[in-house]
Amino acid sequence: MDFNFIREYVPYFIAAAVLTIRIASIGISISILFGLLCSIIRYFRIPILHRLIDIYIELSRNTPLLIQLFFLYFGLPKLGIVLSSETCAITGLVFLGGSYMAEAFRSGLEAIGNSQIEAGLSLGLTKSQVIRFIVLPQAISISIPAFSANVIFLIKETSVFSAVALIDLMNVAKDLIGLYYKTDETLFMLVSSYLIILLPLSIAFTLIERRLRHAGYGN
Amino acid sequence: MEELSEMKTPGETLVEIKNLNKKFDDTSVLKDISLDIHQGEVVVLLGPSGCGKSTLLRCINGLEKIQGGEIILEGEKLNEQTKRMHLIRQKIGMVFQSYDLFPHMTVLENIILGPRKAEKRAKKEVVKEAEELLQRVGLLDKKNAYPRQLSGGQKQRVAIVRALCMHPKIMLFDEVTAALDPEMVREVLDVMLKLAKDGMTMVIVTHEMQFAKAVADRIIFLDNGIIVEESDPQTFFTNPSTDRAKQFLNLFEFDAI
Ligand SMILES: Nc1ncnc2c1ncn2[C@@H]1O[C@H](COP(=O)(O)OP(=O)(O)O)[C@@H](O)[C@H]1O
Ligand SMILES: [Mg+2]
Repeated sequence: MDFNFIREYVPYFIAAAVLTIRIASIGISISILFGLLCSIIRYFRIPILHRLIDIYIELSRNTPLLIQLFFLYFGLPKLGIVLSSETCAITGLVFLGGSYMAEAFRSGLEAIGNSQIEAGLSLGLTKSQVIRFIVLPQAISISIPAFSANVIFLIKETSVFSAVALIDLMNVAKDLIGLYYKTDETLFMLVSSYLIILLPLSIAFTLIERRLRHAGYGN
Repeated sequence: MEELSEMKTPGETLVEIKNLNKKFDDTSVLKDISLDIHQGEVVVLLGPSGCGKSTLLRCINGLEKIQGGEIILEGEKLNEQTKRMHLIRQKIGMVFQSYDLFPHMTVLENIILGPRKAEKRAKKEVVKEAEELLQRVGLLDKKNAYPRQLSGGQKQRVAIVRALCMHPKIMLFDEVTAALDPEMVREVLDVMLKLAKDGMTMVIVTHEMQFAKAVADRIIFLDNGIIVEESDPQTFFTNPSTDRAKQFLNLFEFDAI
């Protein structure tokens, strides 16, 4: 193991990791909001929209992120729409993540009985107040395990961003291997970078889940 | 249970139900129901399981689309489509068999949610009122408990307080003691009796016949979606005029077997 090499190129990995984290946080945050919106539309069977979302979810879940990115990066320009690497990466992540988050929230929403909604309506709350104060808080806490699995999954998926020329961790690693043939050192740094990002998150989620289980909602 | 001795003089009409028809798909569940409920009156709905009691209450609260007739609360027509439905519902308190407290909120949070969010009342004032109401049903010490920490009877008393805190014009009770262990039934019925004495307008569905006799100003006997009999409790329980009501009452008479 060439530690001088590692010392010299660690800054590249740090820069790439920062980029990955930045894009992942933006993409995943939007995915969560978008997924939540989709799952609410499906749950309340809002006309027309819920059909469109069904189609979107099938499409999104049954195509790999790589293909989605290719479409955004190489396909759209042919239609006159040129997106930057970053925009492509974020859009791709949201397109993929939105459906996974929607499915995660769906299981939570379906666990909330209709009687909870009726109890809220009976108090004189509007439908949107019922969603905000009664349905969502319960649904989200039920969805936390599926939701955290998705966050980890989506971060791992970011490893295909190099396909749209984004200087992410994978891209740096590929370049270094191509230039210097320092495969061991490079892969070591690559794996360490992902571990440093994912491990704390994973531990945090486990703790949150444990707390929620102790809180033990439900009658 | 002591009976309410003084005869109430009927107040003005609060709810008017005119020729109400309700269907689920093609089955008629409520057939041409007409019924006026007066200010301060306690109406008890009786009838065999599946006769449409819950559906009638749910129609009054606008939880069901109706296929014919109309329901009028204080001169305003209920209509599922109306944008004012939530405002109309603020005048109607409903308590369900399954309590339906919000499990992610404490007792106090459950109670103040409606007044705070639907009516936008000031927190301090609402909390004060909620605490007074809790005190009245003997649950002030549970205000920071979560529903899962309460017994069934306690949950149901909280559910009643939650509805009361909205200052409803009328309270609807759908078999609120049916899911309770026998020793908890009384504590809930006592709260309802007290409410009746305080002059609350109520429509009650129950299978507690002694309670019905004690609390009712008027008994409505439903069978198969039709009002079969309508009379004061004394008459209904001692001298029902229809065979169906007699059969129904016999179900509760063990010594008659
Ligand atoms: N959501 C529904 N869909 C279809 N049928 C229903 C529904 N709710 C109630 N019913 C039917 O309507 C009838 C009256 O029900 P309900 O009002 O619950 O009776 P009760 O409260 O008197 O026992 C029953 O035959 C029941 O099966
Ligand atoms: Mg019923």
